[in-house]
Amino acid sequence: MSEIPLTHILFVSTALFFIGMYGLFTRRNMITMLMAIELILNSVNINFVAFNKYLYPGKMDGVFFTVFIITIAAAEAAVAIAIIINVYRNHKSIDVEDAGELKF
Amino acid sequence: MSASVIIFYIISAFILGAGILAVTAKKIFRAAIWLLFSLVGIAALYFWMEMEFIAAVQIIVYVGGIVVLIIFSIFLTQKSGEEMPTPLRSRTLFSIIAAIAGFALTFLLISQHAFAPNSNKPFSYTISDIGLQMLSTTEHGYVLPFEVVSILLLAAMVGCIVIAMKIKPQEK
Repeated sequence: MSEIPLTHILFVSTALFFIGMYGLFTRRNMITMLMAIELILNSVNINFVAFNKYLYPGKMDGVFFTVFIITIAAAEAAVAIAIIINVYRNHKSIDVEDAGELKF
Repeated sequence: MSASVIIFYIISAFILGAGILAVTAKKIFRAAIWLLFSLVGIAALYFWMEMEFIAAVQIIVYVGGIVVLIIFSIFLTQKSGEEMPTPLRSRTLFSIIAAIAGFALTFLLISQHAFAPNSNKPFSYTISDIGLQMLSTTEHGYVLPFEVVSILLLAAMVGCIVIAMKIKPQEK
């Protein structure tokens, strides 16, 4: 367990964060962009758990932050999907380029 | 190298490989399935870090809830067998450059920083410790965020129903 330095776990979470960023930049479909955001949120959770385990082993604050982030991510995904379904009803498409009514 | 080290690298490679496929897959349904594998890999990483509670929450909420919700919304809005249009070459190129540059900068900062453990206590907790601290009203209790999050979930639930509700045409 302690043979793995903390930096290696942070390498995984950083790489996952930028994979999510890449998906957010290249995808033009609302559902796939939402999936990229889920990847980003998960990379943050890995950081919280790893820091709690390695740096503050006597406390449990990282666990609580992770639980609250997961809860809020679930609420966010549900609201986002409701909005996507509503956009699909009005536009027959969920491509972000097609939803341009509010563009100035 | 012990078995624990090898397991860590296998889990990490699995998470990153599934993550890359989730953002590059041509078919949207396959992208959702790769996302599911990546989230399961992250739950495995929590198990590896001996955070069984977080791993269980991850599997229940993400794999059982969010991915199923995403798959349902794919079925409602997409022809899931069709391939999505490929992004522009220039956009792909610049996104790769931006992602790699950001990763290099962040990882440089991380690798130069010396992380020092705050205490040498062994990390151990039970589920009842989590429950007691979450609902305690003393200094390190989390009862206020707990209540705020419950209100947030209620508001999100009502909001989702209102947003996604189909408005019937006026009956006379």
